[in-house]
Amino acid sequence: MGTATAETKKGAEGAEAIRAILEAHPGAGRDALIPILQEVQEQQGFLSKEAVVQIGRHLKLPASKIYGVATFYNQFRFQPKGKYHFMLCRGTACHVKGSQRLLASIVKLLSLQPGQTSRDRLFSLEVVACMGACGLAPVVSVNGEFYAKVTPRKLAEMIQECRQKELANASN
Amino acid sequence: MFEIEVDGRKVQANEGETVLTALRRDGVQVPTLCHMEGLPPSGACRMCVVEAEGMPALVPSCSYPVAPGMKLKTRSPKVLAARRTVLELLMANHPDDCLYCSRSGKCDLQKLSQELGVSQRRFQGGRSRQDSDVSSPSIIRDPEKCVLCGKCVRVCEEIQGVSAIDFVGRGSRSHVGTAFDQGMNVSSCVNCGQCILVCPTGALAERSYVDRVIAALSDPTKTVVVQHAPAVSVTLAEEFGVKPGTDVDGRMVAALRRVGFKKVFDTSFTADLTIMEEGSELVHRVKTGGALPMLTSCSPGWIKFIEQFYPELLPNVSTCKSPQQMMGALIKTFWAGREKLDPANIVSVSIMPCTAKKFECGREEMGRGGVADVDYVLTTRELGQLLRIFGVDLASVEPEAADTPFGERTTAGKIFGASGGVMEAAVRTAHVLLTGEEMGDLKIQPLRGQKGIKELHAKFGELEVGAAVVSGLGNARKVLDEVRAGRKDLHFIEIMTCPGGCVGGGGQPIGTDPQKVRARMQALYQIDRDEPVRVSHKNQQVQRLYDEFLGKPLGEKSHHLLHTHYHKREVLV
Ligand code: SF4
Ligand code: SF4
Ligand code: SF4
Repeated sequence: MGTATAETKKGAEGAEAIRAILEAHPGAGRDALIPILQEVQEQQGFLSKEAVVQIGRHLKLPASKIYGVATFYNQFRFQPKGKYHFMLCRGTACHVKGSQRLLASIVKLLSLQPGQTSRDRLFSLEVVACMGACGLAPVVSVNGEFYAKVTPRKLAEMIQECRQKELANASN
Repeated sequence: MFEIEVDGRKVQANEGETVLTALRRDGVQVPTLCHMEGLPPSGACRMCVVEAEGMPALVPSCSYPVAPGMKLKTRSPKVLAARRTVLELLMANHPDDCLYCSRSGKCDLQKLSQELGVSQRRFQGGRSRQDSDVSSPSIIRDPEKCVLCGKCVRVCEEIQGVSAIDFVGRGSRSHVGTAFDQGMNVSSCVNCGQCILVCPTGALAERSYVDRVIAALSDPTKTVVVQHAPAVSVTLAEEFGVKPGTDVDGRMVAALRRVGFKKVFDTSFTADLTIMEEGSELVHRVKTGGALPMLTSCSPGWIKFIEQFYPELLPNVSTCKSPQQMMGALIKTFWAGREKLDPANIVSVSIMPCTAKKFECGREEMGRGGVADVDYVLTTRELGQLLRIFGVDLASVEPEAADTPFGERTTAGKIFGASGGVMEAAVRTAHVLLTGEEMGDLKIQPLRGQKGIKELHAKFGELEVGAAVVSGLGNARKVLDEVRAGRKDLHFIEIMTCPGGCVGGGGQPIGTDPQKVRARMQALYQIDRDEPVRVSHKNQQVQRLYDEFLGKPLGEKSHHLLHTHYHKREVLV
């Protein structure tokens, strides 16, 4: 019961915050969709169903259309980020340095597709076009911290480290 | 009018039209996959390319305007090679499933492959494995067979005003899906099936209940009865290649008996009954200041639409169940009692022009004590399939009449199958209820035809009556927005989900187009012209049903069995 109330409260606060964003775009049309999606994601961390419906009401756009547009871009996510948010660069330099292989291994290691968050909300995976750190290729970041010249092996270690941290936290 | 040159011939073209229109008028068959008559071109599939002299590249004829003196080549090696390559690329990640595909024989992709002489797989694309969406009671989507032509997305948005589906993702991952890729069953889809009719492939199909019906027919503990909707008898023949607008009512009844249905009832009977109930409801609302305009409730796609998009107008919806559900309720109560059968052992099947009826029969409002009033709904297409499986030759059976007590119908009930038919039938009876006299001329021309919005303003004795007839839910939006904005001159609005009404329903034969819809409508009005009993209140069996069982329109029994209320529905809209 307590959690449910907390969720409702969080939902209401979220709706309020989105309302504020939408109010900053009065009379907005279709062309305002992307900036609004970006602002809402910035604020909420992801685009929830409720958020999409609320945005749709404001812009008079159906939810399917908003979802369609949002999924065209890699930047939008539809699940909250995990406690450890992995971003993997798929830019040209990283590609040349083997990021394809990295992607395959992280998908396997985390059992997640890009854009997804694990059920325990511990991990999430995002693929980005370029992080602007081509000199360090291939690059992976965890919660904003950059790791250079990552190999599948190193990736496995990074993930293991996160898991161990969690175990240590849990036993404390 | 000016001249253009097509493959060396002089051809007349009209200012402002597209190359495709001019070519087709001239008898040049141009292949298309994404073109939709009556909607602006999208130019997505590129099958329709032709060579235009002076242009550096091939041009898509569907969106390219004609110009005086233009010289076109429609079958040059360059054109033919381009079309074939486009097709081969579309087929590169297409499953070779024709033998098992519901669309086989009616599939545009398959047809084009044959017509353009593609005889082997040239591109071996990585086949994307995607699961079918089988969540909906009405629509099955198989994304692997989708060629991304966009027709379903367009019909859903531009004709139906629903937008349950759109293009999702990008590049090789792009597909047609609902918001958040949820199942169709929890989306805003109203189950109309118009997307099935426009889909060029087997990516969209109805959920088939043919096997369940066959199983029920062979179960000795079950009594299997069937009802057929007004619009089915004028379209079923098309399933067997007969020309559109052929009525096979008696033959269909005979065929249904051969298949093994114990009783064959006519949904037009409960259409007449609907007029008695709904007409009385309208008069009651007018006299007591009830919510007006009253909105019809026969079309289940429309009902889901208003539950989702205009819930504040739900009090305006007639409380009458649809004719299908009235029939179902009568079968499992009155008829079950009369035949001394346990309703749970009756399997009630209905043959409908509609995929949304499959959703409707499963609604919680539509049964009692866990027993549904209608168990399975088959579309016109599925009935065709059932007859083929059972080897019943529609052409050679002798016509038979439907069964009592729900077999008699007037032509007023029959014209329910065309947009405007409910209104015309209602006006004929309301006239008597309000003035005590029959109308002089029963034909009400302004309510007929294929226009999406039709209106009638007439005087009934003292009363000025305003009526509107709408088909296609995009048109419904227009009229409802006017009502919401305060429009007051309308008392009664008929709303049908599908363009043209049930004759254009999403369960009708593949290949449904405006010309065929027109022919089917004409077939219904021909019946109305030819037969003597043309007003619902003169249906003798309906009168008997009131005398023996129901009492009177809007009475206690009717209230329980024939009426219901609908509620706001939460979906991602
Ligand atoms: S959609 Fe058409 S081409 Fe594809 S398997 Fe079905 S019939 Fe064959
Ligand atoms: S059945 Fe109708 S509402 Fe549903 S997706 Fe198809 S066109 Fe849209
Ligand atoms: S499902 Fe059918 S109509 Fe829709 S995009 Fe795919 S092929 Fe076209």
